Amino acid sequence: MGRIGLKFESLRARNEKALIVYLTAGDPSLDATKKLILGLENSGVDILEIGVPFSDPTADGPVIQAASQRALKTGTTLHGVLNLVADIRRVSEIPIVLFGYFNPIFAYGVDQFAKTAKQAGVDGVLVVDLPPEEASELRIHTDAAGLDFIALVAPTTGKGRLKTILKSATGFLYYISITGVTGTAAPKAADIAREVGNIRKLTGMPIAVGFGISTAAQAQEIGGIADGIVIGSAVVKLIDENRDSDDLKEIVCEYINKIKKSLG
Amino acid sequence: MNNLPDPYGHFDIFGGRYAAETLMPALLELEVAYGKAKKDKSFAKEFDWYRREYAGRPTPLYFARRMTKALGGAKIYLKREDLNHTGSHKINNTLGQALLARRMGKKKVIAETGAGQHGVATATVAALFGMECKIFMGEEDIRRQEPNVFRMKILGAEVVPVKSGTATLKDAMNEAMRYWVGSVRDTFYIIGTTAGPHPYPVMVRNFQSVIGLEIKKQIHKTEGRNPDMLVACVGGGSNAMGTFYAFRNEKKVAMLGVEAAGLGMNTKEHSASISGGKVGVLHGNKTYLLQDEHGQVRDAYSIAAGLDYPGVGPEHSYFAKTGRATYVTVTDKEAIEAFSFLSKQEGIIPALESSHAIAYAMKIAPAMKKNKIIVICLSGRGDKDAQTIIETM
Repeated sequence: MGRIGLKFESLRARNEKALIVYLTAGDPSLDATKKLILGLENSGVDILEIGVPFSDPTADGPVIQAASQRALKTGTTLHGVLNLVADIRRVSEIPIVLFGYFNPIFAYGVDQFAKTAKQAGVDGVLVVDLPPEEASELRIHTDAAGLDFIALVAPTTGKGRLKTILKSATGFLYYISITGVTGTAAPKAADIAREVGNIRKLTGMPIAVGFGISTAAQAQEIGGIADGIVIGSAVVKLIDENRDSDDLKEIVCEYINKIKKSLG
Repeated sequence: MNNLPDPYGHFDIFGGRYAAETLMPALLELEVAYGKAKKDKSFAKEFDWYRREYAGRPTPLYFARRMTKALGGAKIYLKREDLNHTGSHKINNTLGQALLARRMGKKKVIAETGAGQHGVATATVAALFGMECKIFMGEEDIRRQEPNVFRMKILGAEVVPVKSGTATLKDAMNEAMRYWVGSVRDTFYIIGTTAGPHPYPVMVRNFQSVIGLEIKKQIHKTEGRNPDMLVACVGGGSNAMGTFYAFRNEKKVAMLGVEAAGLGMNTKEHSASISGGKVGVLHGNKTYLLQDEHGQVRDAYSIAAGLDYPGVGPEHSYFAKTGRATYVTVTDKEAIEAFSFLSKQEGIIPALESSHAIAYAMKIAPAMKKNKIIVICLSGRGDKDAQTIIETM
């Protein structure tokens, strides 16, 4: 079992929920991302999702789009992100998922990517535009390298399709809480409870819920339903608003602390 | 070539369905609905009726006598897609997709547009079938294709300005896809070209294939044989694929797709995905793509808004790789000269997109024998480009 699986196991044993935080790598700079990550781990983040910026993020709302653009302007590349992970691994055992789109990985070379990512200390990959139908060209390599391939389930995913997704999902299941792109609506707890309940009937795999969670109250409510919650756009927005502040890390950590406490 | 794409939408290594999970069920639903409609004779009959009675098909295959004489080589025929209702070939596809949307019970449609021709053709069918319509269009394109923006509004569509990136076609498609992720349960996305995730490339190809089928019939009537060469401009590639497809198995018919070289192929300011790109994944399919070494998609450029796109339909990539079609380029400057040439020689003002095809034919026709036949797809009319042309003068 990898770091992701072990993390969920130990959380389950303590009856705790996973706090998963997304950051766009390279916004405002790769160096700042590294400092933020190390601070976040101390604030109680359980799993990190590091966003690899892409020029055309069609599943992302305005906040992450803008962050991706800024990160690309500062010259962030997949190569640079993998170096960042290797750097973090020297001092931290926090589980790391790379979150992004297929083209940068395809351009890097799927085989080379899987090897380098594993070597750097990446634990899982989540590729938004790589549904099970197209995933094999990457999974041949990431499975062989022992990387988890995190699958997405959407509110529109039907039961038949869910079964297909579950057959090959590893690590944890990412349930998209809204029918929409990232950070553009508030999730409805009742709907999520019903859908997550339906998924649970079919799998014992940990389920994390994300896309749209931004407040401590939402975190608490959804944390009561799922095994973990993902905070993305809210953190990215906070980073952008305080990009020039000397207290950037403290501000972000304070916010994450609040979320963590509400998760219980 | 006849068995493609495979059931997952692959043309060899190209195509596929690289889409967000939220959209996957809708794409699968669309595939099933389209498969059923394709087999249903009443759908074909209905589609045919609208094409004839509403869009004005068949369009003429016009022998360009003065142009042929001026160039002094091969005989040149123009497939007059500009004479379709709404002024371009785009209506062939939007009628098909809107009829399908109606069958699926969808009352809202969305579309992306570059030159505005697809936007106008979508707004038109939305009005015709009483559907709510949103068109996503880059701000730069809104500026340079103003007449089409007015037309869409007159037709009752909402034009949503897109500010991201270079504010052109790629960005409009990004935004349309994002909007679709949030509205997929009741909204039909009418993609305007042979790109996007499966089943769009094959569906749009089939809806546009009427162009080539008519050419074949018409040229056999006037010349008693197939043409020697087909020439069409390629942005996403719908008019070119529509022109080529009926001839794909006729090995003696050469197919030339003309990409936009913009300011020149030695600059970064062009839109020639096949001639100047490499394989990648964008907007749901794998295809030739303008991108940097890190897999970030480059901004395309062309004076013709409808060609200003960094990707190309996956079947064109397949035709290029297998050599079934040849892809060449024409610069802004050459396209403008062709625009002026055709206007003065034949009294036909071509769209700047179609002017790329005219320009390439002008290059090669003089060296060809007089008994050779070239058919150029004149995909749209050029009234919309008056502003752009004035700015270049």
